[in-house]
Amino acid sequence: MGTMRLPPRIITLLIGIALVLVGLWVGQNVNLLPVDASVNAPLYDQLFKVLFSIGTTLFIGIVGMVVYSLTRFRRRSGTVTEGPAVEGNLPLEILWTAIPAVVVLFVGIYSFDIYDRMGGMVPMHDHSMAGMETMHEPAASGPGQKTWAGISSVVVEGQPPVAAVPIEVTAMQFAFIFRYPEADIISGELHVPAGQPVSLRMTANDVIHAFWVPEFRLKQDIIPGQPTLLSFTATRPGSYPIVCAELCGAYHGGMRSTVIVEPPEDYANWVAKNSPVKATAASETLIS
Amino acid sequence: MTLSTPSSLAGTQEHLPWQRYFGFSTDHKVIGLQYLVCGFLFYFIGGALAGALRTELLTPISDFMPREVYNEVLTMHGTIMIFLWIVPVVNGAFGNYLIPFYVGARDMAYPRLNAVAFWMIPPAGLLLISSYFLGGASQSGWTAYPPLSLSTAATGQVIWILSVLLLGGSSIFGAINFVATVLKMRRPGLKMMQLPMYCWAMLGTSILVLLSTPVLAGTLVLLSFDIVAHTGFFNPAMGGNAVVYQHLFWFYSHPAVYIMVLPAFGLVSEILPVHARKPLFGYTTMVYSIMAIVFLGLIVWAHHMFTSGTPPWMRLFFTIATSFIAVPTGIKFFNWLATLWGGSISLNTAVMFSCGFIVNFVFGGITGVALAQVPFDIHVHDTYFVVGHFHYIVYGGTVFVIFASMYHWYPKVTGRMLNEPLGQLHFWLTFIGLNLCFAPQHWLGLNGMPRRVAEYDPQFQFINQLSSVGALLMAVSTLPFLINVIWSAYRGAVAGDNPWNALTPEWLTSSPPPEHNWHGEAPLVHEPYGYGLKSPAAS
Repeated sequence: MGTMRLPPRIITLLIGIALVLVGLWVGQNVNLLPVDASVNAPLYDQLFKVLFSIGTTLFIGIVGMVVYSLTRFRRRSGTVTEGPAVEGNLPLEILWTAIPAVVVLFVGIYSFDIYDRMGGMVPMHDHSMAGMETMHEPAASGPGQKTWAGISSVVVEGQPPVAAVPIEVTAMQFAFIFRYPEADIISGELHVPAGQPVSLRMTANDVIHAFWVPEFRLKQDIIPGQPTLLSFTATRPGSYPIVCAELCGAYHGGMRSTVIVEPPEDYANWVAKNSPVKATAASETLIS
Repeated sequence: MTLSTPSSLAGTQEHLPWQRYFGFSTDHKVIGLQYLVCGFLFYFIGGALAGALRTELLTPISDFMPREVYNEVLTMHGTIMIFLWIVPVVNGAFGNYLIPFYVGARDMAYPRLNAVAFWMIPPAGLLLISSYFLGGASQSGWTAYPPLSLSTAATGQVIWILSVLLLGGSSIFGAINFVATVLKMRRPGLKMMQLPMYCWAMLGTSILVLLSTPVLAGTLVLLSFDIVAHTGFFNPAMGGNAVVYQHLFWFYSHPAVYIMVLPAFGLVSEILPVHARKPLFGYTTMVYSIMAIVFLGLIVWAHHMFTSGTPPWMRLFFTIATSFIAVPTGIKFFNWLATLWGGSISLNTAVMFSCGFIVNFVFGGITGVALAQVPFDIHVHDTYFVVGHFHYIVYGGTVFVIFASMYHWYPKVTGRMLNEPLGQLHFWLTFIGLNLCFAPQHWLGLNGMPRRVAEYDPQFQFINQLSSVGALLMAVSTLPFLINVIWSAYRGAVAGDNPWNALTPEWLTSSPPPEHNWHGEAPLVHEPYGYGLKSPAAS
C-alpha cells in the first residue's frame, strides 16, 4: 500500500476535515425532531443541529480511534511484546485540554445566544399579568414577588411588542385546566392563536407537574406554592399534545391534554362561541 | 525484595474457610468480596425489575401491572441499582479489595469500621425490599420529590428513607476508611504520585461522599419529619418549599454520579496499561483531572432543575459549570486512547469491556454536554432522552467497567482464569443489548415521550419494543457471565500468581492472596505502570 506516502500530519488533517464534513452533513440532514410549531422551536432546532454536528464528529472520531487502535495495535497471538514506554507528552496534553475547552466554550456561548433569543434572559417579573388587578395583591408586584419564570419573552423578534393573551393554567392529579380570565372561559384544552404571544401563569393544586409541548420545545414545571410563568408564541396551526413531564402519581402517564393552535380568526370565533362575556373591546383589540 | 513467593493454591485456601464470607470478617479481601457478591444479588433483583418495566412498555397502554405497582417498580429499580449495586460494588468491593494492596498495607485503616460499613448493606437492602410487602413500596421515584413523596405510600416512603440513610451511612464509613488508608497507611517510601490511579480515584470519590452524603441524610430526615410528624419543611400546603428539597437532594445526587463513575475511571486506568503493555499515559494530568472533576462535580447540581423555576442567572451558571466538566473528563479519555496507541493490545474480554466503556461513555458524555445547555434541556428534561443518557453513563460506563474488572481480577481472587469465548459472548451481547435498548430512547425523548410513564402515545410503540428487545439481550447476556463465573471457579485454567504480567502490587503475591496479603514484606512499587520496552524485565 506504499504507493502514495502522505506525511502523517496531512493524513490526520484530511481525516479531521472528513470527520467535520460528515458531522455537518449528519447534523443538517438527519432529523430527529418533531414538527416545529412555536417561535422558539426553529431556534431550538438550529441549536440541535449544531450540537448534533459537533457530537457526531467527536463520537465518530473517538470511536474511530478506539477501533483503529484495537485493530492496528492488537497483539498477534503468540507474541508477547511490550509497547513503547511512552509515559506522556505535554504538548499533546495541552492540545486535548484546549480542544474540548474551546468546543465547550463555543457551545456555551452559542447556546446562551439561543437562550437569549428565546427570551430566557428577560427579567422574570410577572409583567404579563400587570394589567390584571384581580391577579395579585399590590405588594406582590415588585421584583421580589414569588413567581418563578420559565422562558418569559413575549416579544417576537423583529416585530413590535404585542400584548400577550393571558391564560391561567391549573394542574392537578391528573389534568390541566385552562382559564381565560378576559373571556371567562374554562377549558380542558388549550386554544391559542397562531402568531400571537401567549402568557401562561401556572399553579399546581397538589404535587409538582410539568407543562410540556414537544412541538413547541418548551417545558416548565408547575410547582405547588409558587406560580410559574411560561410565555410562547405558537406559529403552526394544528393540534399538539400537552404532556405532563414530572412524575405526579399513578396516572402520570395519562396526564395529557391538547393545545390547538388556530389562525387568529378561528381563535376569535372559538372565544366568541364559548365566552359567557360578550366580546368586549379589550379582547377584540388583543386578537387583532 | 520478595516479590513473588510461590505458594500452592490449596495451601492458601485452607486458611480461608468459606464460612468467613458470611461472618463479621475484618479482612479487607473478604469484605470486598462480600460487597461484590451482595451487589451482584441486588443487581439481579434490580435487573428483573427493569425487565418488568420494559415488559409494561411493550404496549402503549398500562396492561402488565397496576399503575401504582409500576411506580413502585421504577422507584425500586433506580434505588437498588444506584445504592445497592453500583455504589457499593465500584467503591466498596473493588476499593476494599485493591486499596490495601495498592498502598502496601495488610488491611484497611479501620478494619472493624469496614466490616460495620458492609454489614449495614444487607439489612438496608432487605428493609427496602420488605416495604413492598408492608403496604407498598415508595412510588415517588428514586428522587422522592415532595409533595408527591408526602402523599403516596407513607410506610413505603419512610422505609425507603430509612434504608437510604443506612446505605448513606455505610458509604460515609467506607469513605472515611478509604481516605485514611490512602493518606496514612502507605508503605514507607511510597509517595502519593506513585500510587496506582485507582487510589486517586477513590480518594476523590471519598471526598465527594464525605462532602455530599451528609446533606442527603439531613434532607431525608427532614422529609421523614414531613411524612411522620407532619412538619412542613418541603410541604407547600404548610408554607414549605418543594424546590429547596430539589436543591438539597441534587447537592448529593449529582456528585453521586461521580461517586459512581470516578472509581470506574480508576479501574480502567489499571486495566488498560496491563493489557496494552504500555505505561498509563499522562499520570499527572490524570490525577489533576480527577481532582478537577471532584471540584466541578460539587457545583453543578442545579442542572437537574432547569425547569424547576430556576432564575436565569442560576441556569447560566450551572450550564457553564456543567459544560466544563467535559474538559477534565475529555483529558482522561484522550489519555486512555493514548495509552492504547502504539501498544501491544491483547483483545481479551477485560479490554473489550474497557473499550466498550470508552465508546458508551463518550456517547453519554456528548449527550450530557448537550443536556447541560439550558435551551436544549428545557425540551428534553424528564424525558426518555435523559433516561437514555444516564444509562449510557451508569450502565454503558460504570457497569461495563465492573465487568471488565471481573475479567481482569477474577484470576487474582480465585486463582483461576475466566473462559475467554464465554467472556467475548458476554461482551457482545451486553454491548449490542445496551445500544439497542438505550440509543432509541433518545429519539423517544426528543419526540415527546416523558420518563416514568406506564402508558404512552401509540406512535412510540415500535421504538419502545426495539428498546425492550435490547433489554432482553442484556438480560440474556448475564447467562454466559454467570455460567462462566461459577464454572471457572472449579474448572477454569489455573491462573498462577500473575497471569497478565502486571506490575501493580496485588499481582505480586499468590492467587488468591494470603490472609495478610503478602507472605513476606509488602513490595515497594515505585512504577505501577512501568510497562514498555524501556524496562522489559520490570522487576
